[in-house]
Amino acid sequence: MLSALLALSALAIVFGLLLGFSAIKFKVEGDPLVEKIDAQLPQTQCGQCSYPGCRPYAEAIAKGEADINQCPPGGETTIIALADLLERDPKPLNPENGEIKPKTVAIIDEPRCIGCTLCIQACPVDAILGAAKQMHTVIARECTGCDLCVEPCPVDCIDMVPITQDILTWKWPYPDTSLEKAS
Amino acid sequence: MRQTVNRIRRLWKFRGGVHPPQQKNISTSAPISPAQLPERLVLPLHQHIGEPAEPIVNIGDKVLKGQMIARPQGYVSAPIHAPTSGTVIDIGNYPVPHPSSLSATCMVIHSDGDDRWIEHHAVEDYFRLPPSELRNLIREAGIVGLGGAGFPSYIKFNPGQQKAIQTLILNGVECEPYITCDDLLMRERPQDILSGLLIIQHALQAHECLVAIEDNKPEAFVALRQATEDYDNIEVVQVPTLYPQGSEKQLVKVLTGKEVPADGLALNIGVVCANVGTAAAVHNAIHRGEPLISRNVTITGSAIGSPRNLNVLLGTPMRELIEQCDGNLDRIERLIMGGPMMGFALHRPDLPVIKTTNCILAATAEDLPPQRPELPCIRCGACADTCPVNLLPQQLYWYSKHQNLDKVQEFNLFDCIECGCCSYVCPSNIPLVQYFRFAKGDIWTQEREKEKSDIARRRHEFHQFRVARDKEERQAKRNRKKAALKADTAAAERDKKKAEIQAAIERTQTRRQDAMKDAEMRRSSYQGRTRDHSTAGNAGQQPENSSDTEQK
Amino acid sequence: MTSPTPTSPHTLAAASITRVMLRVIIALIPGLAAYIWFFGWGITINIAFAVLVALGAEAIMLQLRKRPLLPFLTDGSAIVTAVLLAFAIPPLAPWWITFIGIIFAIVVAKQLYGGLGYNPFNPAMVGYVVLLISFPREMTSWVPTLSFSPYELSFVENAIFIFTGHLPAGLAIDALTEATPLDTLKTNLGLGNTVSEIKSQLGLDEATSRLLSVIPIFGAIGGKGWEWINGGFLLGGLWLIYKKVIGWQIPAALLGSLVSISVLFYIIDPDLYASPVFHLFSGATMLAAFFIATDPVTAATSNRGRLIYGVGIGILMYIIRTWGGYPDSVAFAVLLMNMTVPIIDHYFKSRVFGRHGD
Repeated sequence: MLSALLALSALAIVFGLLLGFSAIKFKVEGDPLVEKIDAQLPQTQCGQCSYPGCRPYAEAIAKGEADINQCPPGGETTIIALADLLERDPKPLNPENGEIKPKTVAIIDEPRCIGCTLCIQACPVDAILGAAKQMHTVIARECTGCDLCVEPCPVDCIDMVPITQDILTWKWPYPDTSLEKAS
Repeated sequence: MRQTVNRIRRLWKFRGGVHPPQQKNISTSAPISPAQLPERLVLPLHQHIGEPAEPIVNIGDKVLKGQMIARPQGYVSAPIHAPTSGTVIDIGNYPVPHPSSLSATCMVIHSDGDDRWIEHHAVEDYFRLPPSELRNLIREAGIVGLGGAGFPSYIKFNPGQQKAIQTLILNGVECEPYITCDDLLMRERPQDILSGLLIIQHALQAHECLVAIEDNKPEAFVALRQATEDYDNIEVVQVPTLYPQGSEKQLVKVLTGKEVPADGLALNIGVVCANVGTAAAVHNAIHRGEPLISRNVTITGSAIGSPRNLNVLLGTPMRELIEQCDGNLDRIERLIMGGPMMGFALHRPDLPVIKTTNCILAATAEDLPPQRPELPCIRCGACADTCPVNLLPQQLYWYSKHQNLDKVQEFNLFDCIECGCCSYVCPSNIPLVQYFRFAKGDIWTQEREKEKSDIARRRHEFHQFRVARDKEERQAKRNRKKAALKADTAAAERDKKKAEIQAAIERTQTRRQDAMKDAEMRRSSYQGRTRDHSTAGNAGQQPENSSDTEQK
Repeated sequence: MTSPTPTSPHTLAAASITRVMLRVIIALIPGLAAYIWFFGWGITINIAFAVLVALGAEAIMLQLRKRPLLPFLTDGSAIVTAVLLAFAIPPLAPWWITFIGIIFAIVVAKQLYGGLGYNPFNPAMVGYVVLLISFPREMTSWVPTLSFSPYELSFVENAIFIFTGHLPAGLAIDALTEATPLDTLKTNLGLGNTVSEIKSQLGLDEATSRLLSVIPIFGAIGGKGWEWINGGFLLGGLWLIYKKVIGWQIPAALLGSLVSISVLFYIIDPDLYASPVFHLFSGATMLAAFFIATDPVTAATSNRGRLIYGVGIGILMYIIRTWGGYPDSVAFAVLLMNMTVPIIDHYFKSRVFGRHGD
C-alpha cells in the first residue's frame, strides 16, 4: 500500500517535472495574435463593429473585449475564420452591428458634387480623388464599400451600388443536388 | 521510307481514364461544309485565355473581312478580326457562351453580304524569318489553341530560355465523345496541317514532331501518314483510345513517358503541344495571310437532323447553325458547347460561335441521362482509380463539400484538370467536378478578397499615417504661431511697462519742474508783495512732500 | 430546353450503389450453395429473416433521421450487411440472435454513425462481435456437416427450431451441434496435443479419413465443408475482381500475409501451428478477404493503403486465431484495422501526377 503510494507520488513528481521542464524548454513564442486576427478581417474600415477600424477591433478581440461576431462585411466567412483561429465556436453575426449585405462600391454622381471634400476626409482608405471646389470621384478598385462617405455628403450625391458579377469574377455555385429535393 | 517499315513506337500509359461511348460516327458521314453567311455577327472581346481584346474601331465604322477590329491588351491576349465585311453596329454587353450565362462586351457586325476581304498577303519564305517574327505574325493573326482552352498560341510557340525544344506534339487525339471536327479536318486537309506543323516546328526549332491520333480515327491516321511520308523527323503515332488522352499532360506522358511537373508546363521538359486545328490556322495565317476568323464546329446530337461539321465564321449565332443542320430546337434537352465530358451547358441557343467552340451538342434526353440524385459517398475509390492525375477525389470531395479550403489545397485540388472521369464513374452520382470547381472558385475569390483587403489595409494604414502626419503638422504650425504670438505679447507688455515707467518719470519731472516754477513764482511774489510767511512756507513745502510720496 | 445541368460531365457511367451491392450478392451465391450443401437450409432462413429485419430497422431509422426512404432502401447496402452477418451466425441459432445482431449492426453501427458511407466500422462485423461477446454459447455452436449429423433437419423443422426452439421429438440440441473447426483446433492445442494428433484423435469415421487421404491439401479436421464454402467465396470474389467491383489489393494482401505468417510458423513447428492451407480454407477466411474487408466504406482508399490494410487484417487474423481468445478471428481483425483506416489514409496517399517527393 505504502509502496504503491510512494511509487505513484514519485511518478507524479517525475512527470510533473518533465512537463514543467518541457513547458520551459519548448515554449512557443507567443504569436502576434492581433496581426493574425487583423489578417482575417475584411479591412473595410467601416467601423460597424463599433471600433474605429479593423485593427482596433482586432486588438479588442485579442484582449477579449470584443466578440468575433461583430463584423458584418466579413460575414460568416470571417466569423468562421476567427472561430478557427481562436478555437472558439462560431456564432451568428450580432444584429446590433448590422446585417450582411452584398458587397457594394461607392459611386459619386459627379454633376451633383459640389466639391466640398467632406467625403474625402471620411474615406478610410483614401479612395476618393478630388480637391476643394473640384468634382470628386471614387477609385472603384480601392473602395472597400464601407459607407462612411455617404453620411457626410451635404448634397447626397454618393450612392452605394452592389458590385455586379462578370464572367471574370463569376464562380461555380455549390452543387444543388440534394437527396431531399430529388425524392 | 520509315513509314513503310511501320515502326512501332513505344508508348507509355497514364493511370486511370475512362471509356465513355464514342458517338463519333454520328457526325462523320458528311464532309466539312461552309456555314451560311450570317446577317449579324456578335464577337465577344474575350474569346481566349488572358486579357480581353480592346476595340480599335468605332460604332458605325465599315470593316472588311479579315480586318483587325480589336487589338490584344497585354502579353496574354489575342486580337480579333472581322469575320466578314460589314458595319460595326454596336459595342456593348451581349450574352456570351459561358457557364455563367452572363453577358460580356461584344462587337456586333452587320454583314453587308459581300464578304469582301481586306488586302492580305501570304508570307513568302517564312523559314527565312527569325522565329520571333514568325511568332509575331501568329499573334497578329489572332490564333489561339483551337482544342478548347483558347490559350494564345504565339506564347506557346515561344521556347523561351530553352532556345530549342525536343518534341513538338500535334494533338489529333480528340478524345471527347461526339466531337469530330479535328477528325474531319485531318481527313480532308492533311496538307494544311502538315504545312502548319512545319511552321510551328520552325518557330520552336523543334527536333522531332509527333502527331498523335487515337485508334478510333483510322482514316485520319492514314491521311496524315501519307501527307508526312517524306519527312523523317515527323512521325504519326496511333494511340489507344482512352479518355482524357487529349489532355496535354496525359498525352505527353503517353508519347514520351515524361511527366509534366505539376506546377510547370510541358515546355519545362522540352515538349510543346498544339492542336491540329491550330496548325491548320497557322498555315492559313502564314501561307494565305488570313487571320483566324472561322473554325470547324461539329453540330451533333439527337436533336440535329443531319449532324455534321461546318466551317463557321466566328460570331455566327449557334441557332442558325442548328437550323442549317436540320436541328429541332424544341427537342433539345440540353445544349452543350464542347463535349459531354468537359463541355458546359448553354442557357440559350442564340449565342455566338467563338474561337473555342469545337462542338455544339444538341442533346435530347436519350443522349444524356438526367442528373441522378446524389447519394452519400461509399468510399469505393472508383474515382481515385480513374483519376488521370492520381488525385484522391473522394477526399477532395469531402473537403470541398465542407469548404475546408486549406485541406483541399493540401490534397492538390489545383492539379485537377476537371476531366470529369471521377463524376462519370461515381456510383453515388456525386457531381464531384462541380464541387471541385466550386472550391477552386471559392479559393480564387478568397485570394482576390485577401489581396483587396491587403491593399485596403495598406491604404488605411497610410491614411492613418497621413491623417496623423497632417494633424501633427497642423499642431506644429499652431504651436509655432502660438509661440510667435506669445513672444509678441510679452514684448509688447515689456514695452508698455517701460513706456508707463517712462511716462511716470516724465510726468514726475514735469510736475517737479512745474512745482519748482510755482515755488519760484510764489517766492518771488512773497518776497516782492505781501511777505505772508506762513502760507508761503506751506505752499513751498507741499510739492516736496508730494514728490516724496510719488517716489516711494 | 429545361434548365441545364450546371456542370460537366453531362454523361454518367451506368455505375450505381445498387448495382455494386447486387453484384456482391450475386458473388455470394457459390459460397451460399456450398453452405447449404454442407449445413442444410438453416442458413436461408437466417438470411431471409436477417434481410427482413435489416430493411425494417433501416426504414425506421431513416424515418427517425428524416432521410428519404426509397434511395437508401434500394441501395442494397442493408441487404449485404444482413447477408454477411447471417453467414457468420450458426445455422441453428435462435431467431433473437439474428435479430439482435442485425439491429445492432444497422441501428448502432450504421445509422447512428450517419448511415451509408459514414460508418467507420463494418456494421456486419460489429453485429457479429456483439453477438459473440454477449452470447458465446449460441454463437459457437455450429452444426456438423450434414453427413456427420445424427439427424438431418428438414427445412420446416429447421425453421421451427429457429423461431420456437422446439426440436423434433427425441432430439437434443447438443447432439446437433459442435464447436467450429478453428475452435476445436485451438481447444485441443491448448490441451497439449499436436495438430496431427488432433486430427486423428477426433474420432472421425473411416469414410472421412479416406476422404482426407484423397484430398490431403484440405487437411480439415471434421470441419469438412468449410473448404468448399471457402472455395465458393473465392470463386465469387475472383468474379468481383474481374468485374472491377472490388480491387485485387485487399484480398491479395490479406491472403498473402495470412499465408506468409502461417508458413513461417508452420516451418518453425508444424505440430503446434496449423498449415497455411488450413488457414486459407477454414473459418471465414475467404469471406473476409473478398467480401468483408473489401467493404469500401470502412476500408482504406488509396491502393497502397489498401495493401497495408489487407496485410494488417491477415496478420491480425493469424495472431487472434493462434493466440487469441476467439479463434474465429475475422471480425476482430477487421474492426481493429477499421480503426487504423484514417491513419493509413493519411500516410499512404498516391503520388499525384507530375509531383515528385512531396
